[in-house]
Amino acid sequence: MYFLRRILFLAPLLLLISFLAFGLVHLMPGGPFDRERIPASPEIERHLLAKYHLDEPFLKQYLRYLGGILHGDFGPSMKYRNHSVTEIIAEGLPVSLSLGALAFCFAMGTGIPLGFFTSVHKGEWEDYAGSFAALLVICVPGLVIGPILVMFFAVQLHWFPVALWGSPWRAILPTLTLGLYFTGRVARLMHEGMLSTLHSEFITTARAKGLSESAILIKHALRIAILPVLSFSGPMLADLLTGSFIVENLFQLPGIGVFMVNSSLNADYTMVSGLVLLYAALLLGLNLLVDFAHSILDPRVRHA
Amino acid sequence: MRDREHLTPNQRAWLRFRRNRGATLALALLALLIALILLWPIFSSPALARFLPQAITYNPDAISDTQFAAPDRAHWFGTDVHGRDLLSRVFYGARISLLVGTVGAAVSLIIGVLWGAIAGYCGGRWDSVMMRFVDVLYSMPTVVFVIVLVTALNAVLGKLQIGPHALSADSVRMWQFIGLFAGLGAVSWLTMARIVRGQVLSLRHAAFIDASRVLGASHTRIVLRHILPNVWGVVIVYLTLTIPAIVLYESFLSYLGLGIQPPQASLGSLIASGAEQINPVRIYWWLIVFPGAALALTLLALNFVGDGLRDAWDPRSERG
Repeated sequence: MYFLRRILFLAPLLLLISFLAFGLVHLMPGGPFDRERIPASPEIERHLLAKYHLDEPFLKQYLRYLGGILHGDFGPSMKYRNHSVTEIIAEGLPVSLSLGALAFCFAMGTGIPLGFFTSVHKGEWEDYAGSFAALLVICVPGLVIGPILVMFFAVQLHWFPVALWGSPWRAILPTLTLGLYFTGRVARLMHEGMLSTLHSEFITTARAKGLSESAILIKHALRIAILPVLSFSGPMLADLLTGSFIVENLFQLPGIGVFMVNSSLNADYTMVSGLVLLYAALLLGLNLLVDFAHSILDPRVRHA
Repeated sequence: MRDREHLTPNQRAWLRFRRNRGATLALALLALLIALILLWPIFSSPALARFLPQAITYNPDAISDTQFAAPDRAHWFGTDVHGRDLLSRVFYGARISLLVGTVGAAVSLIIGVLWGAIAGYCGGRWDSVMMRFVDVLYSMPTVVFVIVLVTALNAVLGKLQIGPHALSADSVRMWQFIGLFAGLGAVSWLTMARIVRGQVLSLRHAAFIDASRVLGASHTRIVLRHILPNVWGVVIVYLTLTIPAIVLYESFLSYLGLGIQPPQASLGSLIASGAEQINPVRIYWWLIVFPGAALALTLLALNFVGDGLRDAWDPRSERG
């Protein structure tokens, strides 16, 4: 029942977000045709504005845009003429999706064990070393680690190709660049989740029953301790799947993260609105899924 | 040591912080870093330069013929594409990065605390409308927000630069800074608002609040004198964690060319210009490694201090 209401709520929320995104870009001074290589004559500019309906009042433009969306048409891109927003997203999304999914798996696959390991060794040198490593990768952003990885492993050692997309071998450096930060975030959440779970009463009960330590940790504690990671994984996945400007720019990948930045810079109204809507829909949908998974994993939420 | 019972909660938290060796060390490191960054320009003054090794007395904007010199005795961090000394540029860059981080965090603090406090104190319909607004903003990509805000301001500035009442170059630069602060602060207040609202909500019906209301205190007075002082601990903790986030964001913007404009530099714009120099022929690793290490070190220290403060102020962490 609760989830049904949440799903019904998604539509008005997305409507509001589409309005905000559309309005936000319109707030920018200047239009999408201001940065043409040759300044257009007033005549041509008027024609362009009329062609993209930019001479109409704002509300009418928005309603026209909304009408298009209902038919699955996100409008034409105003910077990349002859391409519709739907086409551009359809072309770039697979790259961003696969890179994001890889980075997500990498972050989960390394972050969860690291956080688990450091919490089990609480107060020992393994804890300090592991926790420091987790914080370190948070503090070394992609725009530092990416160029360093490229310089060292691609340019110097020739182990990996410098850029471009296509084979699994090419995906390794971008995945590391994108995923390492999230490894740190996941490890820290896991660490804290484990520590607070190990202090709760049902763990004491499990100990009192005489369960083995590994059974307590894995069967009982892990299930609850992973919940903060689960909550974080919604926004994290939405961030990762919609591409990263830095990684796509550095490795020359044809994803949509670059478009997100460039179209905001160019005041490409329809492109920005389309991408913002995509991000918002992903985020809201994923958060819904996460909450659903939460209620399955944690009986306390289910019965509340 | 005095009896623990006589200490205020803040004093007790401070004691807990002091016992955390990593956080204390990070705080000392941070203080040292800030002192160095502030004192750095003094080293290049002619009166002092004579007594110091030459390597720390360069002017960050002085162009020379020794381009792309690898780190050596004359230039500890090497030189960049214009032959400028990288060590001095890193220190100047760190100064601007920290300035942006602190002021941006202050902007986010003001918006976030006001928003959260009003929502939490008013409660009811106001609360839900204001917090739904925060939810909606949360589900939009911040990248777009920052870019739109900063470019909009830059365009306004561009208009002001021409015409009879043109601004001077200095004041344009100052307004660019202010625009950057405002833009970064305006996208970073959401979590702060949520935290403050939660705290205020739990305080709103406390007995001492009812008491002051019965005594005839106005709403403004109750919020400012009674509620906010009890929220400060949590706010300061979160503030120390916001500064590194904003420093990181600024470096991203500088990477896009929207942040600090040359010849001024921040750590982010230094890294970005280092990344531009990657080529298969020669490797200028120092252009990325040193600014990157400075950024990482600053962020690490800030995060360590923030974590330490959080552990110290969070009553749940009092375990022994």
